[in-house]
Amino acid sequence: MSLRLRHAGLNAILGMALVGALLLTIGIGLCWMPYDPLAIDLAHPLGPPAWSHWFGTDEFGRDVLSRSMLGARISVLIALATVSVAIALGTTLGLLAGYLRGWTDRLLMMVTDAVLAFPGILLALALIAVLGSSNGSIILALATAYTPSVVRVVRGTVLSIREREFIEASRSAGDSALATIVRHILPNILPPVVVLATSLFGWAMLSESALSFLGVGVPPPAPTWGNMLSASRPYMDVAGWLSIVPGLCIAGTLLGINLLGDALRDWLDPRRQS
Amino acid sequence: MLGYIFKRLLLTLPTLLLVSVAVFLIIRLIPGDPALVLLGEGADAASLAGVRADLGLDRPLPVQFVSWLEHALKGDLGHSIVSGEPVSGLILQHFGLTAAVVLAAVTLATLIGATAGLAAAWRRNSAIDLAVVGAATVVLAVPSFWLGLLLLLLFGLKLGWLPFVGYVPFSESATQAFAFLVLPIVTLTITESGVLTRMMRASSLDVLELDYVTHARAKGLSERTVLTRHVFPNAFAPTLTLVGLTLGHLLGGIAVIETVFTLPGLGRLMVDSVLSRDYPVVQGCLLFTAVVYVVVNLLVDLCYPIFDPRVTAR
Repeated sequence: MSLRLRHAGLNAILGMALVGALLLTIGIGLCWMPYDPLAIDLAHPLGPPAWSHWFGTDEFGRDVLSRSMLGARISVLIALATVSVAIALGTTLGLLAGYLRGWTDRLLMMVTDAVLAFPGILLALALIAVLGSSNGSIILALATAYTPSVVRVVRGTVLSIREREFIEASRSAGDSALATIVRHILPNILPPVVVLATSLFGWAMLSESALSFLGVGVPPPAPTWGNMLSASRPYMDVAGWLSIVPGLCIAGTLLGINLLGDALRDWLDPRRQS
Repeated sequence: MLGYIFKRLLLTLPTLLLVSVAVFLIIRLIPGDPALVLLGEGADAASLAGVRADLGLDRPLPVQFVSWLEHALKGDLGHSIVSGEPVSGLILQHFGLTAAVVLAAVTLATLIGATAGLAAAWRRNSAIDLAVVGAATVVLAVPSFWLGLLLLLLFGLKLGWLPFVGYVPFSESATQAFAFLVLPIVTLTITESGVLTRMMRASSLDVLELDYVTHARAKGLSERTVLTRHVFPNAFAPTLTLVGLTLGHLLGGIAVIETVFTLPGLGRLMVDSVLSRDYPVVQGCLLFTAVVYVVVNLLVDLCYPIFDPRVTAR
């Protein structure tokens, strides 16, 4: 095995291990947490990591480990919802644009161009300013920012396969447009969409934590890694662990998702296999 | 060449028009009277009537848009609800700092990314390659605001080498201003170099396999000449597009860095306006940033033929 291949295998294993650890944490958190993540204990604020509190306690005496566990669940649910909305909407619109072409295509491309002209997180900020900050509006705002890239990828793939023989055969066999799309086009756009969904999931997690860090994301007292980092800033000099634990959680999760995404792309994209 | 420039300029106009329509419509999504939204709850009847007449709220939406766009083109983006200052003045006041940090960081990140990416591709699968790819992959996963906090914790608090919070404008003391800007620039340089390195490595790998590189080597040119004269320009062209995208993406992402380092830049202005529901400022920042984003990408596209003259032929 070449060094490159071994390297790719290692990447996939490390990626799966990190994402597995995240899922395991969420799973354990659903059944058991060391403490109530929202329970305030003013007698023990800013406690350093110890046997009773592995990752220490925050400014209200809340257990950082329990809060990180609940934060993982909230962040992953928001990212999952964002990606699901963006993929569902983007795939539908992309199929319409690529299959129908003509005015539908031109109109949809104009709209996606306009949305893509904004830096993603800025558009989300503006939409949250309009919608108010809640979990629902974060999902809606981020999904709006990400949908155009899904539309583009799906449309491009549909355009590249719609003239191929098997589509032509399905049409001349008398299949309806819907049947052709579902049976013959949809399976072919799946690989690029799966790869894109993986990157979108990472972006969504990063953007949610950035928005929460800015104070316009998930409203407290519900913990997310982003708002935990934001809350840690005034206590950096006396309680450094408050700034380290949530950041490690975000970085580890993103690393896992990126590695898994790279492995998935190498595996699904024949051009990249050497 | 002139034809290429003209074509690119012409393609930018519809995008800018669509962007302004989107910005105009976003504020209209807020339920309620737009005049009240723009002036805030405490507005008196006279100024409300003034804004209504100004916006032409009784006229159809397209007419309102044209009048809004006319004002915007003249640099009139309305007034802040919170401070009453003109929005365009506020934006210009905050933009200088943001532009300085973003430009410095992207320039440094491009230098690092181009060098490291080329070196890694040149010695593919060597220890250097694995180290570069590994570092780029890790850096890509580290959120800029966390890295900023960690650097602040280390160099500001523990070692005390650099000032901790605040900012001194360049006009007051250039050395002090620089001391406050070192950590934000270093943070963004590190986080942005990851993606640029990966891009440069991938495109260098493609170029290194081409026949003309083998030919250049067969001619007996030194490796240094082959790399700098033949591989670099062609491999850098796609990376340049990414540099443009990075610049624009940072204009949005800078808000978190400005929050970490308490810098009074454009990103912080936007976030503060979102928090205080200062809609005219939000609208102005959004329009300004999107226009800068589109223009930066236009400029990058116009630089493209310097590295890859073939694009002008298309």
